[in-house]
Amino acid sequence: MKYMLLINAGSIDASGGAAECSVEDWMAYDKDVREAGVLVSGESLADLVTATTVRVGEDGKRLVTDGPFAESREVLGGFYVIDVPDLDAALDWAARCPGARGSGSVVVRPVADFGA
Amino acid sequence: MAGVFREEHGRLLAALVRRFGDLDLAEEVASEAVEIALTRWPVDGVPPNPGAWLMTTARRRAVDRLRRDRAYAERLAVLRVEAERADPAPAADVGDGLPDERLQLFFTCAHPALPAEDRVALTLRCLAGMTTPEVARAFLVPVETMAKRITRAKKKIREARIPFRVPGADELPERLPGVLQVVYSIFTEGYAAHRSELAEEAIRLARILRALMPAEREVAGLLALLLLVHARREARGDELVLLEEQDRALWDRAMIAEGTRLVEVALTGGRPGPYGVQAAIAALHDEAADLADTDWPQIVALYEVLLALLPSPVVALNRAVAVAMRDGAEAGLALLDELADDPQLRSYHPYSTARAELLRLLGRDSEAALAFRRALELAGTESERAHLRRKLEG
Repeated sequence: MKYMLLINAGSIDASGGAAECSVEDWMAYDKDVREAGVLVSGESLADLVTATTVRVGEDGKRLVTDGPFAESREVLGGFYVIDVPDLDAALDWAARCPGARGSGSVVVRPVADFGA
Repeated sequence: MAGVFREEHGRLLAALVRRFGDLDLAEEVASEAVEIALTRWPVDGVPPNPGAWLMTTARRRAVDRLRRDRAYAERLAVLRVEAERADPAPAADVGDGLPDERLQLFFTCAHPALPAEDRVALTLRCLAGMTTPEVARAFLVPVETMAKRITRAKKKIREARIPFRVPGADELPERLPGVLQVVYSIFTEGYAAHRSELAEEAIRLARILRALMPAEREVAGLLALLLLVHARREARGDELVLLEEQDRALWDRAMIAEGTRLVEVALTGGRPGPYGVQAAIAALHDEAADLADTDWPQIVALYEVLLALLPSPVVALNRAVAVAMRDGAEAGLALLDELADDPQLRSYHPYSTARAELLRLLGRDSEAALAFRRALELAGTESERAHLRRKLEG
C-alpha cells in the first residue's frame, strides 16, 4: 500500500532547511528509506520564494501569480511516497523522518487506489 | 441467550476480522450468524459449543459472500497478502486455550490515528458488542450522529489500512496507554452521568484486557481503579455525595477486596504506572473507616508519585487537598494559592470548592463565601450546584 509522507517544515533557517535537523540527518534518513526497499519516489522542494501559482478562470484565461507565501506555519518542504504493508509501518517511517522533529511535522496520506 | 451473544460477539468478530481482514464483512456475517442462531437454537437447542457454532456459521456466510462478489474477494486477498507481509508470524496464542484475537481488535479500535471519540465508540461497538443505537444512547447523541462516526472510523481503518495487530514489545509502552484510556473514558462517562451500566461495561472490558495481558501491571492497575471507585456507587447515589458524607456501610466490600488484590499486582515488580498509583489512592480511601481514619501521609506520598508520572494541575490540586488533611488547612491553602494562576484550574470548580472549604476551616468566612460563589458559577451539573448551595448556606 502506498502512502505519501508530506513533510512540512516548521521554522526555516537561512539556508532554507528546517532549523531542527542537519543535512547529515536527512542523508541518513534518505539512505535508510532506499535501503529498506520501501521508496517509490521522493523529492525535496526548492525554497518557497521560487514558487508560482497558476489558476484558470471560467473564461479559460490563465492567471499566474508569484507565491504562495507562507501564511500558515506549515510549508510543504518535500515528500516521500513509500510502499509499506500498513499504516503503522507508514507512521514508523514518518516518525523517523527528520522533518517530523521540532516545529516540523509529517502528514501521512494513503495514496488512493482505484485499481482494486 | 442474549448473554451468550454478548460474551461471544467480541471474540467472534475479532476472529473473523483476522480471518478475512475486513471489519465490515466481519460485522455483517457475525450478525447474520447471530440471526440464524436466534431462529435455530430455540428449535434445535443451544449447541454444546455456541462460540464455535457461531464462528463456523459466520465463516460459511463470508465464504458465500466472497464467492458471489469476485471483485470484493480479490480486494480482500490483496489485503491478506499485505497483512502477511506486515506480520508474517500468526497471532500469538495469548491464552493457553483457544487463540483469542480480541487484543488485536482492541489495538485497532484504540488506534491513535482515529479521533478519541471514535475510539470509544468503536470499542463499545466491536468489543462490548453494543449496537450503534445503544452506543448513541450511552453518549446521549442522536443515533444518526453515532452511525456516521462509526462509519467514518471504519472507513479510515479500511482505506488508510490501520492494521489488526498487537504492537511489538518496543511499541507497546507507547500504544497500551491509548487502549487503557479508551476503557477509562467509558468508565468516567458512566461515572459522571451516574450511569452504572456504562461503568460496568468498562469494567467488563478491563477484565477482558486483564485476561489477555496478564503480565501488564498497568492493566491490573486500571481494573483495580475501576473496581475501587465503582465499589462506592450505592453510597454515591443519584445525587453527588462527596466521599466524606458517604455511608461507607454501602460500599461493595467484595469489589474492594478484589480491587485491593489487583493494586498489589499493579505495584509489585517495577516502577508503578499512573493507573496503579491512582488505584492505590482509591484503595486507601476504601479501606478507611472514615475521613479521620484515612492514611493521609500515604495518600500525599502517592499523589507526589503520581505528579511525577503525570504532571497535571488537577493532580496538584488533589495533592494540596491531601496535604490539608495531613498537615492542616493552612498548609493546604498555601499549596492551592500557588496554583491560583493555572488557566485550567481557574475554570475548574473543584479548585474553588477546595479553596472555599479550607478558608472556612480557617474562619475566613467572607473569602470562603466568595470562593463558593465562584465554584457555583463554574459547576457543570445541577447536582453539583445544589451541593454547593447547601455549602454556601451552611
